[in-house]
Amino acid sequence: MPKIIKLVFLLYFCFNFSYAKGINTKVEQITKNLRCLICQGQSVYDSQSDFAISMKLVVKNMIDEGKKEKEIYDYLKSKYGEWIVYEPELNQNTFLLWLLPLILFIFGGLLIIRKVSIK
Amino acid sequence: MSNYLGNYSLYIALIASVYLIFKSYLDANSENKYLDKNFILITSIQTIMITVSFFSLVAAFVISDFSNETVFNNSHTLKPLFYKVSGTWGNHEGSLLLWLLVLSIFLFIFLLNSRSQDTKYKLLTILFQQIIISGFLVFILLTSNPFKTLYPIPTEGLGLNPILQDPALAIHPPILYLGYVGTSIIFSASLASMISGNIGDKWARHIKKWVLVSWVFLTIGILLGSIWAYYELGWGGFWFWDPVENVSLMPWFCLTALLHTVIVLQKRNSFKEWTIILSITTFSLSMSGTFLVRSGILNSIHTFANDPSRGLYILSFLFILILMSILIFFFNQNKISNTAKENFILSKETAILVNNWFMMFFLSVVLVGTIYPIFLEVLNGSKISVGPPFYHKLLIPFLIPFLISMSFGPSLKWIKDKLKKFNYNILIIFFVSLLISYVILTKTENSFLLSLPLIVLSIYLLLVTIKDFFVSKSSISQKISHFGFSLLITSILLNGLFSNEFNSNMKVGDERIFNEKVLKLKEVNVTDVDNYKSLKASFEVTNKNSAFALYPEVRIYQQPLTITSEADIKTTLFSDNFLVFNILKDDGYYNVRYQYKPLMIWIWISTIFISLGGLLSVIRKNEQKY
Amino acid sequence: MSKNIKFLGLLLTLIIIFIILLKGLNVSKDYSNEKLKSKIDFSLNAKKLFSDEIINISDLFDKNSPSVVNIWASWCAPCREEHQFLMKLKDMNINIIGINYKDSPKNAKNFLSLLGNPYSEVITDNDGTKSIEFGAIGVPETFIISGKTNEIIKKYIGPLTSENLVEIKDLLKKNA
Repeated sequence: MPKIIKLVFLLYFCFNFSYAKGINTKVEQITKNLRCLICQGQSVYDSQSDFAISMKLVVKNMIDEGKKEKEIYDYLKSKYGEWIVYEPELNQNTFLLWLLPLILFIFGGLLIIRKVSIK
Repeated sequence: MSNYLGNYSLYIALIASVYLIFKSYLDANSENKYLDKNFILITSIQTIMITVSFFSLVAAFVISDFSNETVFNNSHTLKPLFYKVSGTWGNHEGSLLLWLLVLSIFLFIFLLNSRSQDTKYKLLTILFQQIIISGFLVFILLTSNPFKTLYPIPTEGLGLNPILQDPALAIHPPILYLGYVGTSIIFSASLASMISGNIGDKWARHIKKWVLVSWVFLTIGILLGSIWAYYELGWGGFWFWDPVENVSLMPWFCLTALLHTVIVLQKRNSFKEWTIILSITTFSLSMSGTFLVRSGILNSIHTFANDPSRGLYILSFLFILILMSILIFFFNQNKISNTAKENFILSKETAILVNNWFMMFFLSVVLVGTIYPIFLEVLNGSKISVGPPFYHKLLIPFLIPFLISMSFGPSLKWIKDKLKKFNYNILIIFFVSLLISYVILTKTENSFLLSLPLIVLSIYLLLVTIKDFFVSKSSISQKISHFGFSLLITSILLNGLFSNEFNSNMKVGDERIFNEKVLKLKEVNVTDVDNYKSLKASFEVTNKNSAFALYPEVRIYQQPLTITSEADIKTTLFSDNFLVFNILKDDGYYNVRYQYKPLMIWIWISTIFISLGGLLSVIRKNEQKY
Repeated sequence: MSKNIKFLGLLLTLIIIFIILLKGLNVSKDYSNEKLKSKIDFSLNAKKLFSDEIINISDLFDKNSPSVVNIWASWCAPCREEHQFLMKLKDMNINIIGINYKDSPKNAKNFLSLLGNPYSEVITDNDGTKSIEFGAIGVPETFIISGKTNEIIKKYIGPLTSENLVEIKDLLKKNA
């Protein structure tokens, strides 16, 4: 069952933003999704701290090596934990995070259908 | 001197509060026909006392009285007068005092404004509002007293944080609080009307003013916050989905839903329970916002100092209030006279339900995204970040049906509408927007799949709301707000699609080419200004047919050592050119970030339109039509 | 009946939320990846501080026993504080590998000649990318790394203290 939901999710999101851009924009896109761990509330991209500068370089090097986006995120998560990415991946920890709003939406829809007479 | 004055007037206000709670409770249970004159008197004494207290704190800030701990921690003799004054509410203690001030002033205005209302209803509103006021008073006196004294008296203060010295940030909290606190009146009034059983069209007309006022202030408060973020933080964004920002957005969604529902209650005497639920939720969200921000439970750019005892107090107070309202709701539900009518699918009632449905969905996304990390960490210790990608992925796809429903919802009639004969105007507008979107999208390399329907629909909605100015019979305030909203969505979408930026390390004399523009760093001037060292760079941006100069600045403050970057922004009606630079460790090189942001100014203007609509609705006295 | 169920359900949810938020108040807000034990890529190449020679970092580690890795810089004040403890570790015949973080070679060498050199070898990390391989967020940080599995056994963020010394000694013995 969870697999089906996951699949629906993937289908739903894969048409979202599929950019095909140059390497710089790719670094930009990835580092905007990374939290700068030593600065409060800033992304790696926005920060000029030593840590963020090195991190940008690491991301750039990995793209140069031909690594895929997911590989880069996985690598950084293995080093720094889930905390570093702004977009939590869908797993049993974050299942409700992604699903709860959608469940509420469906629930709200049902309530409205009950309230409204179709004819 | 001002310390004693401020402190003791708070105690007097507390005594007044306790008296009013008992008196209003007793009177509400008796069958008095008229409101005792004492109520107005004691309430005004209380308001005056709190005002005195607040202004004695302002005075302490103005004269830099460092015997006051709050002033010592948050002010400095070198601060300009304007920021000394705004420093009063730029900290935890002072901002709570401001909350309190607004709470009591609002209650006072409410009393003056609701003479024609039922006495029991008024008494109960006073009761609930005084419970909130006393809660804040006790909170301030116990955990966050702004009048703590210091001895020996320090000669200089600690607070000179330059990032907080900004006009938008100085007026942003008071405006936002006006919005938050306005929801407290709605909360108290709806509980009171629940018990006294007077919910109906008359009550809706009376409370709608408060809903509108809070909504206008909340909208402007949020706008000022994002203007500050855009100009001062120097990252070029206006919304970061930071928890503190989210906390102000949540009551906004709820209040927007309430704003529409109250109209149904007024016109059709329907949706009674839902109106009450929304009122309670809106205030709970405003209070939770205070809890989340003040307790330091969140990770954010601008949370205030951590103090668990404060968090504990607000949390308990918040839950007592919510518990109280749930009890009142369930035990008085039978008092609501059932005037609910049948809702037909094609009617304004249903359209407003759909509006509420989406508002609640947006709210749930933001709410879940903001507090889920806290829950997860408590429950199994893992720490996750929920940032912009999460919100975008969940919110943006739902904009499509939302925009569709908003394009025809407002033009539906009350009770029951018929499917009209096919309207050629609509078809023409739709094709025009299709054409415009196509032209726009050929200029970007972004994928068409999701952008196309969004752009088409937002432009379509924009054209429809413009058309409505000439055709529709709805009120002018609604037209302006809806037009503002569609303009906002369009500007945000186009801004997001066409923004581009360029990041490079440059030294004086360097040139960089970016998107057919040439960016040249001509010189950097170092000067000493009052309390900081200024590095002012002079850049030249040359386009195909134009050239302009930008002068971003880096400021190095000594006490405490802070480096801030002041972006230079060239704003035109079409786009913003945003330039900011930073010092690098390597000698002579600067990190330069240039951003091209189309339609930026329209994001601000459209939000002003949105609130202008609300404002007009407050001012206009006898609104006839909707 | 259904009204009561709704009421009790709401009440229960409220109480649960209250308890969770109450606990949330006492959870530390500071982020740390101290407990994360990732594997280090031993095929990494690095330049030595003293000889400019480029070597493979696997050569620096003892395959059979754990080593200590310390990230430091001459410009970092806490590094100066913890230096005495590193010297003590050296006296206990422990293999310490230094990673010199974003530093000028001249200053780094001065620093070591002034305060003593506790490292069996120092490699340079001019762009900070090697420290990211170790999951560091700043200087100083100290790691105990298994020579067999390449895994981080223990991580210290910030300067070492005298209590840490005892712990490091125990951990090295246990994992030897």
